Amino acid sequence: MQNESRKQWLSYLATADENYLISLWDNLNMKIEYNWLRKPEIGSIMVQGKAGATGDNFNVGEVTITRCSLNLDKKIQGHGYVQGRNKYKSKIAALCDALMQTEKKEIIKRNIIDKLIKYKNNKRNEILSKTEATKVDFFTLVRGEDK
Amino acid sequence: MYVSVKGGEKAINNAHSWLSEIRRGDVNIAELNIKQISEQLTLSVDRVMSEGSLYDKDLSALAIKQSRGDLIEAIFLMRAYRTTLPRIGSSKPIETSKMLCLRRISATFKDIPGKQKLGPTFDYTHRLLDFKLLADGEYEKAKIEKYDDKEIPHVLSFLNKEGLIQKEIPSGKTSKDITRNPINFPLTRSERLQSLSRGDEGFLLGLAYSTQRGYARNHAFVGELRTGYVEVQFEIPELGIEINIADVMFTECESVNQFKGSKKIPAQFTRGYGLVFGQLERKAISMALVDRSMRWKEFGEEYLGVAAQNEEFVISHCDNIQATGFLEHIKLPHYVDFQAELDLVRKIREEYNKNEQRT
Repeated sequence: MQNESRKQWLSYLATADENYLISLWDNLNMKIEYNWLRKPEIGSIMVQGKAGATGDNFNVGEVTITRCSLNLDKKIQGHGYVQGRNKYKSKIAALCDALMQTEKKEIIKRNIIDKLIKYKNNKRNEILSKTEATKVDFFTLVRGEDK
Repeated sequence: MYVSVKGGEKAINNAHSWLSEIRRGDVNIAELNIKQISEQLTLSVDRVMSEGSLYDKDLSALAIKQSRGDLIEAIFLMRAYRTTLPRIGSSKPIETSKMLCLRRISATFKDIPGKQKLGPTFDYTHRLLDFKLLADGEYEKAKIEKYDDKEIPHVLSFLNKEGLIQKEIPSGKTSKDITRNPINFPLTRSERLQSLSRGDEGFLLGLAYSTQRGYARNHAFVGELRTGYVEVQFEIPELGIEINIADVMFTECESVNQFKGSKKIPAQFTRGYGLVFGQLERKAISMALVDRSMRWKEFGEEYLGVAAQNEEFVISHCDNIQATGFLEHIKLPHYVDFQAELDLVRKIREEYNKNEQRT
């Protein structure tokens, strides 16, 4: 159960719009003590596709990723695996991941995670409703010789 | 033989300075910023990400700016940067059936679950220059409509149910990464698809067109074409938890091809597959057609000796960075090489002249 919700918050942090996440975090004005386990580093992961959408895996190309790990009071670990090359975004993600395991959970959930979910849902709705407006019904005409 | 050449340092530095100035252009005109490129030249950005084989819009926009809009030069910059990145791991295979589609069409079936959706396409524009874009910053707003948020199944999965189309079943073979292992022919289809996905759009377009004109006898339909965002899933090594680490835009094309059947397989439709970063449908369709034509052996078809069937030809020449590297290097100083050639030609001519005189 814990894993399911952690998976969810890590996912929203990873794919968050970086400027939005940074503004949400900075607005909280929290001063958190932490130690680095791994300072932010930029790298890539290879994205895999499937031949014919269901067949063998193949490598499509890479996507940039930044990651870091830290701990609070040498106990609770936070991991910041995020899309893109923004080290500050990665650090915020790691801090949020760690804080979500403490009594500050509610503050982070309400002020960051929930807002990221809403932001992403809005984006999704925007795309779906614009796509829907371009829905088309093609019809074929009967040709003379078919009569 | 390559012997290094010395000198020219000052000239090279001055050439770089001029390059920098000319890249900036007329200083009375506002300078382009990276966000303008990544927001307004999106399809250039997509092409550079696809052929640069690295999904990162800001880097792609930077590469386009730095290269003065020369996309192959920009792709070169992306590839060079890519090699400096530590590889953190590999994603789970993406599920394109769960794509958040901006566009989804089929040229073979008109009534499909999930319907045809045109999305932001040039297809039905009149290809007339729009002089309004010269004048003002006005644009039309996209219309919106209510929708059902249902998964959009792949069109070909319906043909699958009837057994009318060849199925794509995993063979269980692991895919080798062609950026990390030397290429040895014959290749697996996975290796071919990786090469094609980062291959040059123009080259693949030409080859795909050659198959349509009869050089491989493959009449393809676009079974389905879709563009949209796909969640990339990755397992965090420290936690063993799989997360949606990135949202990436892809274009996917599944082609449907006639197939008369062979000794191995009864008559049915066969398929080709294209999958590329970004909204690059010309490339995705080309990739699907070329993928299909290279599958002749698998389907027991005849080898007609044409370019698009020859994987060694296609894969060895589809990478524009390899191609341009080899092509463009011949304009760099080759004085020693050429001196040797010159001596040789002079010597041959001398002997020829001697012989001429004798007769």
